Amino acid sequence: MTSTPPQTDQAAAGQAAPEQVTAAPADGGGPAPAVEVRGVDKVFPVAGGGATVALTGIDLTVAPGEFVSLIGPSGCGKSTLLRLVADLVEPTRGAVRVFGEPARAARQSKRYGIAFQQAGLLEWRTVAGNVELPLQVHGVKKRERRERARELLELVGLGDFAGHWPAQLSGGMQQRVAIARALAERPPLLLLDEPFGALDEMTRERMQAELARIRLETSTTVILVTHSIPEAVFLSDRVAVMSPRPGRITEIIDVDVPGRVTAPGESGGGAGGAGVPAVSAVPAVEDAVGQAEDVREQAAFFEAVTAVREALRAGGGS
Amino acid sequence: MSRITVDQPSPDQPSSDQPASPAAGADPEPGTGSGPGLGLGLALGTASASAPGPASRAGLGTGWGERLRRAALAVTALVLVCAAWEFYKLVGSPHGGRILGVPVLPRNDDTSMPHIWSVLAQLGHKEVNTADSQTVGVAVLKGIWFTLRVALAGLVAGVVVGVLLSVVMARFKVVERGLLPYIIASQTVPLIALAPLVSGWGGKLKVGSLEWQGWMTVSLIAAYLAFFPVAVGMLRGLQSPGANAVELMRSYAASWWQTLLRLRLPAAVPFLLPALRLAAASAVIGAIVAEISTGTDGGVGRLIIAYSQSATSDATKLYDAVLGAAVAGLLVAGLISLVELALARGGSGARPASNAQNAQNAQKTQKVRA
Repeated sequence: MTSTPPQTDQAAAGQAAPEQVTAAPADGGGPAPAVEVRGVDKVFPVAGGGATVALTGIDLTVAPGEFVSLIGPSGCGKSTLLRLVADLVEPTRGAVRVFGEPARAARQSKRYGIAFQQAGLLEWRTVAGNVELPLQVHGVKKRERRERARELLELVGLGDFAGHWPAQLSGGMQQRVAIARALAERPPLLLLDEPFGALDEMTRERMQAELARIRLETSTTVILVTHSIPEAVFLSDRVAVMSPRPGRITEIIDVDVPGRVTAPGESGGGAGGAGVPAVSAVPAVEDAVGQAEDVREQAAFFEAVTAVREALRAGGGS
Repeated sequence: MSRITVDQPSPDQPSSDQPASPAAGADPEPGTGSGPGLGLGLALGTASASAPGPASRAGLGTGWGERLRRAALAVTALVLVCAAWEFYKLVGSPHGGRILGVPVLPRNDDTSMPHIWSVLAQLGHKEVNTADSQTVGVAVLKGIWFTLRVALAGLVAGVVVGVLLSVVMARFKVVERGLLPYIIASQTVPLIALAPLVSGWGGKLKVGSLEWQGWMTVSLIAAYLAFFPVAVGMLRGLQSPGANAVELMRSYAASWWQTLLRLRLPAAVPFLLPALRLAAASAVIGAIVAEISTGTDGGVGRLIIAYSQSATSDATKLYDAVLGAAVAGLLVAGLISLVELALARGGSGARPASNAQNAQNAQKTQKVRA
């Protein structure tokens, strides 16, 4: 599925949103897409007059359960686009809707979890305390928080590290905690801003496999900002290729690599909603890593990588 | 060309997927002890040296051996200073030392530099030559007790005001811009000039049966000195969380109060602790100076004035009063150490080295300004 023109009856879509979220069908045929960006421009004023056009004419629709990557050179506005969806910045023109709601309402009703390139864990909280942070902010009771944090740390393979301090963890482990934290409230949408950007290649591939598995287990919609073509191809259903000055989406590439961990048919089978506790976390990780290697060695994988690379070149990426 | 996205620089964190070495156990800087200090100056010096070190959450478990070693160092430093004093008294000249005609070394006669033992012996002598006079030691102890209470009252008031100011400044950028220059300027007003003014204003105050007391003037001036490091240090601490952390709280739709409670206040603790040490020292200095310049009875400041009148013939009493001032400073510093320990135990003990470093640097700049 390529980027289809969005529906115009926004009011109706907004009404249907709450049911849509809990059901989260994998086919994306429902009335409200997970994310709908329409005709968005973003202009940042520059100190001393003038303005920088960060994004122009952005249209993007992400179906529920879909994994979409935003890729492009530095300065193409991909992080800005993610922040627009997260309502951390506001569009200058156009509209951003998340599960049929305006982005602000979606943020206020906790429709997404977000993780950045830097894990950004609070040093004065333990690993479990960090995962509990969003729950604590939203007044979830202590026992429930504990339980949920334990569950999530199992999910990301850090069950034994709940009592550790962030400074005692490696970069990759910190990033997994950040992803667990982003998933704490079972958000239907996960926004990831170069989460593996600071990791070495080996850790990175392992983390990608785990993300694919987590997504499979939680059937979450994911938007991933990345610099890495293989990463985008490996994880995504679609890759949105962006180009800078002004930032725009030049092409959207469907990725169809058979045997991928994230096969949509399987993700639809996830037990309704997010946060399936992974009791057998370790074997699942090893499975995922093994499968990931197979996927990365396929001809279809290389073809998709080539397609994205050519699209990036055509877009004038530096 | 202008970059638009706010891409983060690569952090220099370990990137292998293994736990970092748990070196947190062997932390030589628990950030609690008040090291050797002979006077306020030294107490200040150790304050900066004992800011929380890396991973100081584990430092709470520092063994008795380490404590003993620190105590031994403190005693050694004290002995060395005494030895240096007596050595100079032995070899120095009664006319002082001059280099190119400029006097640089003090005279070593008994009036200028009494023996340490005569200073200590003086503590046991009577204050004035009457039958019912108290000893100098008792007078100094009473003075310390008075000054300590007044300084603590000022310190508490100063910390409360400083924290409130910093929170308001962190909340409203306009307030920060408008207020901060005046807060800094406030510390350049000479204290000696201020004390009589405050005393004059306060003397006219009367709320119900509550009348303005002399010690309140002294406390107010102590607070005036104490609020400054707290306000400035705490403001930096409240502003220390990075854009990512703030955005994270925003993504949770957290209110400003929740962000303050869960993010900014805990982040400010490592900045607050060194600020508290500075504030404590300032409060004692402020109290003593205010006692001197308002002529308030009962404190160490008053003793310094009283004893300096006889200093031309016998300086030992004056040295005893100065010793009292130093002891008051040390006691307050010790109290702050207890507060630090409590704060660290309260779950905010985990500190990254970088944060502590920042706080320490902030403190240094403040010290220069103060």
